[in-house]
Amino acid sequence: MQEVIKLQLWQLISAYLFILLLLGIVRMRGIPREKEIALATFRMTIQLVFTGYLLVYLFANSHPLLTVAATAIMLVFAINNIIKRIKIPLSRKIKKVIALSMTAGTLASLLYFLFVVVALSPWYEPRYFIPIAGMIIGNSMTGITLGVSRLAEGMHNQKEMVEGALILGATPKMAAKPLVDCAFDAAIIPTINAMVGMGIVFLPGMMTGQILAGVSPLTAIEYQIAIMLGIVGSVALTVIIFMELGYKTYFNKEQQLEI
Amino acid sequence: MFRLEAVLYKNILSIELLTLPGNKITCIVGESGSGKTTLLRLLNKMISPDSGEISYQNIPLSIIPAIELRRKVVMLQQFPVIFPGSVGDNLLVGLKFAEKPPVSSERLSEILSFVHLRKDLDSPAEKLSGGEKQRLALGRILLLEPEVMLLDEPSAGLDEETEQLVVNSLVVYTKQNQKTLLMVTHAKQVARDYAEQIIEISNGKIVSQQEVHSHAGGD
Repeated sequence: MQEVIKLQLWQLISAYLFILLLLGIVRMRGIPREKEIALATFRMTIQLVFTGYLLVYLFANSHPLLTVAATAIMLVFAINNIIKRIKIPLSRKIKKVIALSMTAGTLASLLYFLFVVVALSPWYEPRYFIPIAGMIIGNSMTGITLGVSRLAEGMHNQKEMVEGALILGATPKMAAKPLVDCAFDAAIIPTINAMVGMGIVFLPGMMTGQILAGVSPLTAIEYQIAIMLGIVGSVALTVIIFMELGYKTYFNKEQQLEI
Repeated sequence: MFRLEAVLYKNILSIELLTLPGNKITCIVGESGSGKTTLLRLLNKMISPDSGEISYQNIPLSIIPAIELRRKVVMLQQFPVIFPGSVGDNLLVGLKFAEKPPVSSERLSEILSFVHLRKDLDSPAEKLSGGEKQRLALGRILLLEPEVMLLDEPSAGLDEETEQLVVNSLVVYTKQNQKTLLMVTHAKQVARDYAEQIIEISNGKIVSQQEVHSHAGGD
């Protein structure tokens, strides 16, 4: 195994200089996104430094409760993030559906992946459990965010079409079907595209990380294939649960559209 | 057929008592914003009243499942929705939504000529004019053969001659098949010529309900 090149402080600083350069260009071109880029860079740094130390602690003090707590916190943050990122106002009911589908979809996929595919032992081994949970929860979060916003937009912008179907005797499921199909596509297509481009257009983060850490590319691809299948499964499962329940929140018990 | 008692809907409609007879042609008239469309939407449960009771064939609407009701009491909106696809697709979509079996192309063409729409079944529906879309949507609900038709300004986008032809066909159809037709119209002439009963609404209240001598056949 080759030695990993550890980044020195000055090397890390030079990476920030790169962002400063980008900010300069953004300002010159008058693109009003300087603040967002700066803020995102700052947030990312703080979060990662914090996570780095936290992971060191968790790995050193491996305990089932700590692993479960870390996963629960990731999940809560993810759910919160989804709700915050949708620009259209969401009802309480749909927020509950988002939380439920994220929890059920990601946990089912995570447990299958860790205990059937990886056969983790002990089951709470944080070095595997936490990063894999992070990837599954993170990707599902991105997928479901796209799905929720497409569905919510559809319900607002195409309200007439949904009502036009209801008025002809359609069930809410029939009336919402075109919107649900479209939202499902929006949610799942980025993951499918990522799979299609994988290894040719880009090298995925986890695999790159393992290779940089000195793992054989062949071991790295095994993990990458497995995790990618886990991600697709989780995104699809989460989005399917959301779509099955989510559209119903737009209708009341009299099958009237409530927006 | 319908009975409304002490019905209140927001600040839009307030009806103390209204009975609507079956197998008749009723025209609802009144200035715009007076609550005519709201009345129709209440009758097929697209909205529910804040208080009061509406019944259909002596059964309170509150206990009739909304979808079941909407398949018997079908409403044509003033600006009906045209779904992506052809004229034929748009005729068939109503049957699909109502979970009824599809019909033959001959039947579809027959319906098109009944509503005086001279278009091929496979021509794109989005390219139709407002009045043509209205007639297409009218054809779509006629195919459903509902017990009651609630029509919101079915002839608003039509020229006088076509209006006459379409309304005439509708009246003949209603009478021959013993259907109930409730029609919101701003055209006083249409109401005078075809209605068996005229209801006038003003500011959300029924101001008059009068029987008119039968014009069966529509002439």
